[in-house]
Amino acid sequence: MTLMSSDKTASGGAAEQRKVMPVVTVLSSFAALLLVWQVSAGLWPSRSFPAPFAVFQTFLAESASGDLPYHLGITLWRVAAAFFVAMIIGSVIGILLGSRQNLDRFFNPWVTLFLNIPALVVIVLAYIWFGLNEAAAIGAVAVNKIPNVIVTMREGARAIDPRYSEMASVYRFGALDRLRHILLPQLQPYFAAASRSGISLIWKIVLVVELLGRSNGVGFQINLFFQLFDVAAILAYTLAFVAVILLIEFTVVQPLEHASTRWRRRAA
Amino acid sequence: MHPHAGAAARLKVDIARKSFRASSGDALDVLRDLHFEVGENEFACILGPSGCGKTTTLRILLGLDTDYEGSFQLPGLGNGRRIGAVFQEPLLLPWRTVEQNVRQALPHGLRDRNLDSLFGSLGLKEMRNFYPGELSLGLARRAAIARAIAIDPDILLLDEPFVSLDEPTAQQLRHLLLAVWSERPTTALMVTHNLREAIMLSDRIIVLSERPAHVIGTFDIKLPRQYRSDQVKLDLLRSFNRKFPDRI
Repeated sequence: MTLMSSDKTASGGAAEQRKVMPVVTVLSSFAALLLVWQVSAGLWPSRSFPAPFAVFQTFLAESASGDLPYHLGITLWRVAAAFFVAMIIGSVIGILLGSRQNLDRFFNPWVTLFLNIPALVVIVLAYIWFGLNEAAAIGAVAVNKIPNVIVTMREGARAIDPRYSEMASVYRFGALDRLRHILLPQLQPYFAAASRSGISLIWKIVLVVELLGRSNGVGFQINLFFQLFDVAAILAYTLAFVAVILLIEFTVVQPLEHASTRWRRRAA
Repeated sequence: MHPHAGAAARLKVDIARKSFRASSGDALDVLRDLHFEVGENEFACILGPSGCGKTTTLRILLGLDTDYEGSFQLPGLGNGRRIGAVFQEPLLLPWRTVEQNVRQALPHGLRDRNLDSLFGSLGLKEMRNFYPGELSLGLARRAAIARAIAIDPDILLLDEPFVSLDEPTAQQLRHLLLAVWSERPTTALMVTHNLREAIMLSDRIIVLSERPAHVIGTFDIKLPRQYRSDQVKLDLLRSFNRKFPDRI
């Protein structure tokens, strides 16, 4: 949102500045947070509230031993798998419900029900029914996310403008062209919204899944460090994962979004 | 299927009845016994009071409304028939540039065709890479016309393509439409409620009644368009009003 508004107000000559300014803002914001952390850790020195530098040292040690990259990789893999499963299944169901009113009326209570089942219940049931395995873990995470995707994509399908579809049928667009040029561009904002909220929700649930029934991953490690009361390690793992997500956000998600909404921002 | 080859190039409409069902359950007849024909490469206008079912007729011909009694026959051959449609709103895809909008509507065999002269005639050369949101309504309408003409249509169906434009812009667009249509003549049917527009553009004016719409009569204009001076148009207007005195 901030990118959009700054795009509109800035003149063409300030293009370079426009690109740099958000980065500077983000960096100084993080620096301020670090400072607050450092100062408060200095005021109340305790093993359960380590200073940033201690966390960084733990991060280096865990990275050097290979533990952190290994567990981080496992967790990332689970997040990615659950994300794709949830997005695909949720989008298909959501678009179907959004375009068929009868189906929607019938299945809406189901969606509401699943929306309100706590993540923990789904995870426990999945482990009981399907065993302590990878498929049950990823499936449980996906099931937690699918209702959210359904609700968002259903909204998107309802918002599809039938006039464009009529235009496409008059001009005899093929099925693939219709999907690429008519449907997906209209669903794109909803898809982006669902993925945005998706990653953050999924990563939080993956940790619970790992804590309850897996022998690796960031969630498993955090449980381990909890037994040892090793807060520095807990923070090191958490921040490492958040950093990876931010990196994906800035290098993949935002440029993609930038490209696909080009027409919107240039609109007069 | 068609006994004469010539008949296949005509537009023939025989709609017995078209009604809309209101939410109260009552049926409202919009069209009843609507019969007319448009000859090959003829430009015809459907003229009628607003709300009389002109747009409904066009939607039936476009294949967007199949709930009616009767039949119609479009020029061109069954599956390969190409309909160039200009809707009341331009209906360009906002997420595609002007050129992409035109190209995507082309049949696959024509996807790579040269569009320079068409864009040139319509004054769209500099706008090819613009998004529809960056265009004025007049320019967007031109792009919609380009899309309809580019496919080499068997028939051109236009639904009030000049409404909500200021008069000079509308007039300029009428001239542009005539120019591109004259270069690539095809059977054309345009819906309008503007009599002057119809007199300027058409070979034949099909006058519809109030709802439920049927044809009151037709007004043929044999005079080629380049001879229709302001004075001639005024005379045509007078004789039209003599022939259809009840039309307001």
